[in-house]
Amino acid sequence: MSIELRNISKKFGDFVAVDNINLHIETGELVALLGLSGSGKTTLLRIIAGLETPDSGEVLFHGEDASAVKVRERKVGFVFQHYALFRHMTVFENIAFGMRVIPRRERPDEAVIARRVHELLKLVQLDFLADRYPSQLSGGQRQRVALARTLAVEPKVLLLDEPFGALDAKVRQELRRWLRRLHDEIKITSVFVTHDQEEALELANRIVVMNQGRIEQIGSAEEVYHHPANAFVYNFLGNVNLFHGRIENGRVFLGDTAVELENTHAHAHPETGKAVLYVRPHLLEIVMKPNGKQTFPATVKSINPAGPQVKVELVAEWGDMVQVEISHERYQALHLATGANVFLRPKEQKLFVYQI
Amino acid sequence: MARQPQSEPKRPGTADPPAVRIALIATALGFVALFIFIPVIAVFTEALRNGIGAYFAAIVDPEARAAIRLTLMTAAIAVPLNVTFGIAASWAIARFDFPGKQTLLTLIDIPFSVSPVIAGMLFVLLLGVRAPLGGWLADHGIRIIFAEPGIVLATIFVTFPLAARELIPIMQAVGSEEEEASIVLGAGGWQMFFRVTLPNVKWGLLYGMVLCNARAMGEFGAVSVVSGHIRGHTNTMPLYVEILYNDYQFAAAFAVSSLLTLLAIATLIAKYSLERRVAPVKQEADDLAIKVAA
Repeated sequence: MSIELRNISKKFGDFVAVDNINLHIETGELVALLGLSGSGKTTLLRIIAGLETPDSGEVLFHGEDASAVKVRERKVGFVFQHYALFRHMTVFENIAFGMRVIPRRERPDEAVIARRVHELLKLVQLDFLADRYPSQLSGGQRQRVALARTLAVEPKVLLLDEPFGALDAKVRQELRRWLRRLHDEIKITSVFVTHDQEEALELANRIVVMNQGRIEQIGSAEEVYHHPANAFVYNFLGNVNLFHGRIENGRVFLGDTAVELENTHAHAHPETGKAVLYVRPHLLEIVMKPNGKQTFPATVKSINPAGPQVKVELVAEWGDMVQVEISHERYQALHLATGANVFLRPKEQKLFVYQI
Repeated sequence: MARQPQSEPKRPGTADPPAVRIALIATALGFVALFIFIPVIAVFTEALRNGIGAYFAAIVDPEARAAIRLTLMTAAIAVPLNVTFGIAASWAIARFDFPGKQTLLTLIDIPFSVSPVIAGMLFVLLLGVRAPLGGWLADHGIRIIFAEPGIVLATIFVTFPLAARELIPIMQAVGSEEEEASIVLGAGGWQMFFRVTLPNVKWGLLYGMVLCNARAMGEFGAVSVVSGHIRGHTNTMPLYVEILYNDYQFAAAFAVSSLLTLLAIATLIAKYSLERRVAPVKQEADDLAIKVAA
């Protein structure tokens, strides 16, 4: 089932949670709503589910206005951030709940319910836990029970609020892959909310980057990561160094030094203005000798060689902290030590210029 | 070889000296013995002073039976009403924001802060035959004060915060996510209430009912003012005990008292076992709240 949001706005008191949002989600897509807390992503998800009513705008399911459709009739599945499993029911009863509340005339009989519950438990690989209570399960198991419970009512749309937020890193990885496979198998239109860019990039067909109740960019992982629409998106998707400078007659100044940089992706081109240069830590090179206006001096403050890359923290000449990630080979070759004076050469950067 | 320095027996740095500990424990146990054990034993010895036959005779006396019946009836009306009010009030306060919410929270506590005698007086002033409302009711043949309805009303007034006060924190701690989940899964309002909301608060509710029942059966002050002490008609058990005592029928007075004492002991046991079930729910909800905040 496709979902269409038209001019959706929602306020809580004076706080604008969702600000005039338009979004189309195709049948069978897996879409991520990505943003910081307070960006309105969860509110938007709850509006789709019908748990919140928008102040204005409309939600269309399959092209039909769903505003008048009650939550329980929307055929949506909603997985809550903290799972919201019924704590006084066993895993079996939790999953059976959606079938037990169907009006008696249409309700499947007990044998059908039991068969369906066990099918779902197999699907989430938890068949052996049917008689346990939620408090006896691990976080990852609760999450999968919550999913099975939601799938039991055969929803047309699956909505997940921070589905992996409360789990530890390892379980999160596993469940992510598992959800991806599940989606490939059952092809249900799915929307999930997350503040973790890695999760969004790995899992979603399309990513909706949200900020302060508005959409900053919609696109595939490739598009939002490599072709960010604006500074916010670039900043949000991965670590980044910010260099505040200015642009004068087309020339970029950082501190008092003019720099001429290759591979600059500039957004907007006023000749004069405030400039912010964004460089990802792995796109900065450390060199021992200056190379004209393509490098700037910096001093090594600390070195962290644990992990796949060596993380080096430096202070630029004009006082900004700079993070650089280099390979272990490069680190060995450079003989870097704390306090060393070196030069930084950005290999690729984004320049966002603002009119003063 | 290094010599171990001589030292006193090891004691954690925060522990009190033994003398302080013994004094505190002795004081606490002394108070319990003086004010609880001795009186309870006294009640039963006094009640059985004239033999077990006299004990049962005092209890099956028609006036005693009338007092027991009235007490049970009052509790049977007050407890369900209390539960209804408790659920409605705690639901409203835990789930919705509405103007006057803080005022409602404060007003719920009034019966706790007002002397029960004043509460009784209030009903007499409002519904007595000399008051306009009471006069009008009396003209239509409805007697409230110095009759059973007055006793029931006064009891409801003094007990009505009990269930609500228990349920509000539990409902707030449990939160509304499970209720929302049930709605999304297709449950109607009543299905949500009976399958999700009520089971989640049932131990707290039961706890409130036990407290309410104990108070309803044991209330003296408010009931005494509105009752009129008509033997066999408007005497509850506590009032009847007072009358017997004033008539120098000590054994009988203590026999009826022993029933109230047994009720108190049963209440304590119920309260203790329910508290053990309520505490984990609150704890779990608190843990969740901490996680959410983090």
